[in-house]
Amino acid sequence: MRLNGETVAKGVLTVVAFSALASLLLIAVFIFKEGFPFMLKVGVGDFLFASTWNPQVGQYGIYPMIVSSLYVTFGAMLIGAPLGIAGAIFMNEFLPRPLMRVIKPTIELLAGIPSVVFGFLGVMVLAPFIRTHLGGPGLSVLAASVILGVMVLPTVISISSDAIGAVPNSYREGALALGATRWQSVHMVTLKAARSGIIASVILAMGRALGETMAVIMVAGNTVRIPHAVTDPVRTLTANIALEMSNATGMAREALFATGVVLFVVIMILNAIALSAMKGRGGKR
Amino acid sequence: MRVPPKFTQSLAVLVLGAATLLTVVVLVFIIAFVLVKGLPGVTWEFLSSPPKDMGKAGGILPTLVGTVLLPLLAIAIALPLGVGTAVYLTEYTRENPLTRALRFGTDCLAGIPSIIFGLFGFIFFVVMLKMGWCLLSGALTLAIMVLPTIIRTSEEAIRSVPNAYREVSFSLGATRWETVLKVVLPNALPGIVTGVILGIGRSIGETAAVIFTAGSSLRMPLSVFDSVRTMSVHFYILAREGISNENAYATAAVLIISVVLVNLAAYSMMHRFIAKRSK
Repeated sequence: MRLNGETVAKGVLTVVAFSALASLLLIAVFIFKEGFPFMLKVGVGDFLFASTWNPQVGQYGIYPMIVSSLYVTFGAMLIGAPLGIAGAIFMNEFLPRPLMRVIKPTIELLAGIPSVVFGFLGVMVLAPFIRTHLGGPGLSVLAASVILGVMVLPTVISISSDAIGAVPNSYREGALALGATRWQSVHMVTLKAARSGIIASVILAMGRALGETMAVIMVAGNTVRIPHAVTDPVRTLTANIALEMSNATGMAREALFATGVVLFVVIMILNAIALSAMKGRGGKR
Repeated sequence: MRVPPKFTQSLAVLVLGAATLLTVVVLVFIIAFVLVKGLPGVTWEFLSSPPKDMGKAGGILPTLVGTVLLPLLAIAIALPLGVGTAVYLTEYTRENPLTRALRFGTDCLAGIPSIIFGLFGFIFFVVMLKMGWCLLSGALTLAIMVLPTIIRTSEEAIRSVPNAYREVSFSLGATRWETVLKVVLPNALPGIVTGVILGIGRSIGETAAVIFTAGSSLRMPLSVFDSVRTMSVHFYILAREGISNENAYATAAVLIISVVLVNLAAYSMMHRFIAKRSK
């Protein structure tokens, strides 16, 4: 009887263990099933590289959205990556332990702030500032980049910080014993040892920025066009999906799922790169 | 020309410190700004009365109820799956290609953006399974979304239970499952709870995945098949459609306070867990 219960437990757990992987596959299958046939119908090249998006008359080019997403993500990285990596180094290497215990969870709070709140602040504070000081409508590539740059900070900080924390202390001691200053030991030894983890944090943050939706809808302006200045309004891939989803039917809806396919593929590639970079340092996650 | 190392050291500390300070200042600014603008509007009446005029006036009661129910239902679904996965990975197998595949699946799932979850939940639960926009569709979608968080924190918590505990249990004649149930899980509980709280926090703030699956009805939900609107969705609609900035700020203040409280709870839980372990 007892042995029987044991077998049942193991059987159930084995099935349950597949829940995450199965969900991932289910998501992939359904997004592709809805979006991929459409891409073939319109032509993958036309879908990706035509620059007119007008579903009412059957024009489904997402090129401007791809470019906009890239600009905004790149801008976010320009802000989020240096700030986040600097924060992670400072907290791990220069901040006294007790202070770090207060500052780290405080910064992690950033991750908990709902994305809509970031978006709203972008609209109320950042966009007017850009409008008066730099011109343009305010809602722009720049506004979206700044907001996303701040939003990805917790990702960059916590993963970089783990990587830096995982560097054995003997490395630092070795450097210091050779007469290096604290900073020399950091940039010549610690950062080299933690490099793959730091790179992974930036790539994961790119995925976050690329995939963020609600905050971007609120601050990016949502005009479908290729931006020529950082103060131009743009519409990203994610914003395109969310904006048109509620009243799209038929072909138009399939087009949105096809946009989802593009997003899904790019983000999975970014994740795979980041995960393998993290595996690079001794399998520690 | 050689720059003296002492100088680069001071410069580095200055620059890095300034960057860290900037991050903290931005965070404090965000929270302070929302609270200063929003708190005056947060009255008992605001919390306890239903919205009028699409939210232009009145309170947020049904969205408050939605914000409580949706994450709880999502966790109720994700918790057994997540803890079960963690138990399987730690107690029932060694590292092998299968566990690596399962972990890879979990890590990838964690990186999928919420709008993709929204698309999936919409086409799968709402359209294909004909559940419509409802509490259950939203909760199932959110459950998949928080699953990686629960798996990871549970796995870490279970791993940190000392092996001696298991050995004692086995030596007393307990089977593996009995050991899991009576020794491992009770000892890993605070860590698992931390994961649950983090999952709740993420669900409270989620908008994109919720709006396409749970809908945005302002009526009070009476069953899991009723559409609900969470505070995040309500706030998004108020702000985006310019319905009422005043009520948007007040809703944001309630939202921020909830998220901060949830995070504090998770953090103190985690702290107690670590303190207990290192004893």
